[in-house]
Order: sequence, then structure tokens, then C-alpha cells
Amino acid sequence: MASLVIRDLSKRFGSVEVLKNINLEANAGEFIALVGPSGCGKSTLLAMLAGLETVTSGRIEIGGRVVNDVAPKDRDIAMVFQSYALYPTMTVRENITFGMESRRVPKAQQDEAVARVTALLQIGELLKRRPAQLSGGQRQRVAMGRALVRDPALFLFDEPLSNLDAKLRVEMRTEIKKLHQRVAKTTIYVTHDQVEAMTLASRVAVLHKGVLQQFDRPRVVYDRPANQFVAGFMGSPSMNFLPAELVEDGGRPCVALPGNGSPSALLPLAAPVTSASRKVVLGVRPEHLSRDSGGAKPGYGRMDATVEVVEPTGAETMVVMRVGAQEITARFEADIVPAVGETVRVNVDMNKACLFDPDTERLLG
Amino acid sequence: MALSETIAFDPLASGGAARRNRTMIVVYGLLALFAAYYLLPLGVIVLNSFRDLDEIARGGLIGLPHSFSTQYWVTAWSTFCVNAFCKGISPFFFNSLWMTIPATIISTAIGAINGYALSAWRFRGSEALFAFMTLGVFLPGQMVLLPWAYTLGTLGLTNTVAGLILIHCVQGLAFTTLFCRNYYVNIPDALIKAARIDGAGFWRIFRKIVLPLSPPILIVTVIWQFTGIWNDFLFGIVFSSGDRQPVTAALIALTAGQTSVRRYNVEAAAVLIAALPPLMIYLFGGRYFMRGLTQGAVK
Repeated sequence: MASLVIRDLSKRFGSVEVLKNINLEANAGEFIALVGPSGCGKSTLLAMLAGLETVTSGRIEIGGRVVNDVAPKDRDIAMVFQSYALYPTMTVRENITFGMESRRVPKAQQDEAVARVTALLQIGELLKRRPAQLSGGQRQRVAMGRALVRDPALFLFDEPLSNLDAKLRVEMRTEIKKLHQRVAKTTIYVTHDQVEAMTLASRVAVLHKGVLQQFDRPRVVYDRPANQFVAGFMGSPSMNFLPAELVEDGGRPCVALPGNGSPSALLPLAAPVTSASRKVVLGVRPEHLSRDSGGAKPGYGRMDATVEVVEPTGAETMVVMRVGAQEITARFEADIVPAVGETVRVNVDMNKACLFDPDTERLLG
Repeated sequence: MALSETIAFDPLASGGAARRNRTMIVVYGLLALFAAYYLLPLGVIVLNSFRDLDEIARGGLIGLPHSFSTQYWVTAWSTFCVNAFCKGISPFFFNSLWMTIPATIISTAIGAINGYALSAWRFRGSEALFAFMTLGVFLPGQMVLLPWAYTLGTLGLTNTVAGLILIHCVQGLAFTTLFCRNYYVNIPDALIKAARIDGAGFWRIFRKIVLPLSPPILIVTVIWQFTGIWNDFLFGIVFSSGDRQPVTAALIALTAGQTSVRRYNVEAAAVLIAALPPLMIYLFGGRYFMRGLTQGAVK
């Protein structure tokens, strides 16, 4: 059963259309990540789900009920804010019970709910403290506790990890995932961090300029991005885009990279591609480039590239190289550290490569 | 936020030790000069309130006391004749008190509610409304004398303390709303949103979230209003007479109604008594005043 349905949802601020015809649905217990660059409309969408922004046109259903004109408190939702929005003058306990007090939940029931949530999040020893006395991670936990205590139909998270430092962010990410596995509540999670979206979500919705670009499982969004925007946004370092041309080489479909006069490289395609024009954009992720160690592998192409920058990260080596006029980034194994200026032969895993239409930027094939 | 780290700015860290010392001498010298300049008139009045009248007549207003008596304070408070009432300025002092306390409380309370509504519950035109209200800060009181005369007459509040309270409440709203609104604007939107999702309404959010964050700005507003209303002379002199006058208006009557010789020592004591309440408020609340003006709503 779908616990959230969004149909043809649009939002306009004056003459600015910030969301255009969004269609989404979340099944019960699903974890949906709304991801996109800042200004893409993802936070507005979340605010509309919460009832904090009005709907210009379209429909929002939560648990089978149209909630377009339902007040936030009556939508059966709970929200975790980017800034946590803990009430600064209240203790942790008061923060958690504030909503129940507002809804006049009996005291005994409140105590029970607090006990359940504090056990779940291990914040029992914090109950008497005020938000100012908590660390970033603890605040984050309390904010989640305040949401969890309600036992809502829908959880809304608005970039909950972006105020934490890098190490804590990774820890809390795991924690959120664990938590979701335990409580199994439908969750809508807004983030600009594609790693968070990939790691947490059962399905990812990529938004750009108010338009839903793709809505699918993380694996599909990553491997078969619907267009060049999604391809470039998901994954870090970004996918490499190389202008290329569809050719045939001995009856086999290939893409040719432009060079001086003759093609600089000829890469075999796994399957023939139908395209309106011969011109295409080849998209290759950095991890699908490897240093050639001799011996042809099926489905792999080869090209020569000049090393420009070498960035060892410890776990792997990022190498920025030049192919013709194009700059590309490759993710090599840690012990492969080419010298700057060196020309290396690079293997391209063409099974994983994507082709895009240069005009529409849409995925081909 | 707790996360941000700041590097302290030290204005003196700009050169060698000699330069630093020179700067210090100039700065503190100037400060001492200005402090003396401002404090001297107060000093003269304080001294005169204890001096014998003959001594003032002979030696002039400025001089160190050769005699010392507190009787002029007693006279000023309870027996001196003002407006043909020979009870000193104490009745007028209490007029002022009964006017200032309610007017301060009411105007501050309404200002807080206004500020909250205008910052946390923006609506179409709320910014324009706020701009209009702020305009009241810049309107001279003389401009509103006639409208007020008409209003008080219609309401039957002419020459009453209640009438003055009404005037000060309304006239003070521009300031109290400005103060509170500008303070509440710093309360993060997310707090209000979270509370709305938690099921709290307009008043519950005000009482449980906004008011507990408000003491700094409420102290500022109360000090400002108390001082302003207590020190008001214009409305007091125009809209009250006889034994209904606030102390500021009565002080003029005290000096103007003299046919015989001027009692400088009693006048000085009366002025000081009239100035005491705002002075006390400032002495005890002054540091909160500065803190409230400079501090944000949420650390």
C-alpha cells in the first residue's frame, strides 16, 4: 500500500515555478531520498508534505487521505529539521513531550512513549539537559527522538546530517539506517549529499530546477542515470563526459573519441545503440577507468591519456588526465600512482559506460 | 552557533608597546574628560539639595557646601506648595508611578505580541504594516496632541491618569513593537515550524517558546518604556492639571508658581526625587539593557 502519493504537484512563488508536476509515491515502510543541488525545490517539496507550505496545484495523499488543506499537526507526520529546531529553553524531556502536551496525551502514556524512545536512541541520561548542553550528535538524536515519539504515518527529514562534522555524519548515517530498519516507518529524506541518498534510500528521487529527473532504486539511478544531470550529480568524483561519435569497426558498434584528424580512441560498445544523430556523449564513471595491465578483456576499450594531477586519498588514487581536449578523472587502486606528465594507457569498462544524446542530454539505449 | 569559531579582535594589537601606551593615555584621558563633563551638572544639583539657601544666594549655584541639611528633601517631598497644594511633590510622584507602571506593562505586552505576530506569522502586507507602525517612532508628539484631545474628550478621560495611561500605551507601541519584532526575527523559523507540527497554536507557541526566550528584550523594552513615560512632559502638561499632574509637569509648577524668593535647594531636591525612579531602573537594569540590545534570541 502506498502511504504517500504525490500527484502532479506544482508550487509557484509569485511568477517563479519552484516545483513542476511532481509525481511520486512511497510504499509503506519505504525510505525515499529527495536529492538535488541547493535550490532544486527539494526542501519546498518537504515543507509542502509537512503542511508548512501551501500547494499551488496537484494533490498530496498521506495514508490514503488527501491532505492538501490539512493543518501540519493533523497530518500524522513528524519532522526532523536541519537545524534540529530543539526548543532552547526546554529540557530534552520537555522537548520530546511538547507535542504530546499540545495534543493533551495523558501523562502515563507520555512517560511510556518517552521510555520507549529514550531506550531506542539511548538518550536516557540526557533527559534533564538543555539543548545548549548537548553535542551535535546528541542534538541530532534528541531531534529524532522528538519525531519518533509521535509514531507517525510519515517521517520527514530535512538534511538532518548537514550540520555535523564529516566523521559524525557517517556515524549518524549508519544510525539512521539502523533506526529505519527497526521502526520501518515510511520516510522522506531530503539531502543534497548523493552518498546519503545512495546509502540510505530504497528509492531515490533526483530533483533539478523543480523537475523530477529520475525516481528509481539507487543502483539504477547510479548505473543507468536518466540524463546527464543525474549522471553528473550522483557519484563523486563525477562521471566523465566525453563527446564522441557512433561508428562501426569491422561490423562491431563502437564510439570514437575525436583526435587530431583521426580518432584518438576507438571504444567497443556492449550493444548497438539507436540514436538520432551520430554524435553522442560518452559517460564513464571514474571507477570504470583502470590502468592497463596488458591483456585484452572483453567489453573493455583502451585509450591513452596524459596525467595532469595525482591525488592519493589513501584508499585509492584519483588521477586527473587529459584525453585530447577533455579532462577526465579516474579512480585507480591505491598503489597505482602514475607520474605527472606520464602518458598512461587506460582501460575503459564499456559494459558500465552510458551514452547520452548531446542535445536532449537523455540516456540512449 | 556553537560550531563557529571566532578570532578575537584586539584593537590595540597594532604596534609596539610605546604606541600602545600612548593610545591608552589618549583614550582614557578623553573618556575621563567626557565623563566629568556629563556628571558635573548632576553633581551641582546634588550638592545644592543639601545647601542652605543663604549660602547659595551668597556663593552662587556652583560651590562646595559649607552647611549640610537633609530638610530640603523632606520639604520637597511632603510640605512644599505646588499648584496651591502644600503636600510637596509626593502626590505627583505617585501620579507618575500609577501612570507609568500600568502603561509600561501594557505597552510592553502588546509590543511583544505584535512583534511575535509580525516575525513568526508573516502574512501578506505584514512588512508594510510593520513599516507603518515603525513610522510612529519618528512622529513628534506635538503632532498627535489634537487627535488625543479629541479622543480623550470623547472617551471622558480628560485630565485622568487613565487617559495618560491610554496615550502612553498607544504612543509606546511603535517602539515596543519595533524592539520585539527585531528581536523575534532572530528566532529560527524552524522552531516555530517544529512547534506547529507538534500541534501548538499561536498562543501556545508564544507562551511556551517565544516568551521563555524573551527576557533580554522585555527588560530592554520595560526600561525604555518606563524611562520614556516617566520622563514625559508634553502629554502630562497638556492633558492634566491641578493635582492630577505627573511629577514632570508638577516640577514646572513648582518653579513657576513662586512669588517670593526661589528655593533652589528645595527645587534641587524635588528634581532629584523626580529623577530617582528612572535612575534606579537604569542602575539595576542597565547591564541587562546593554546585553538585551546586543544579544541574539538564540545562542
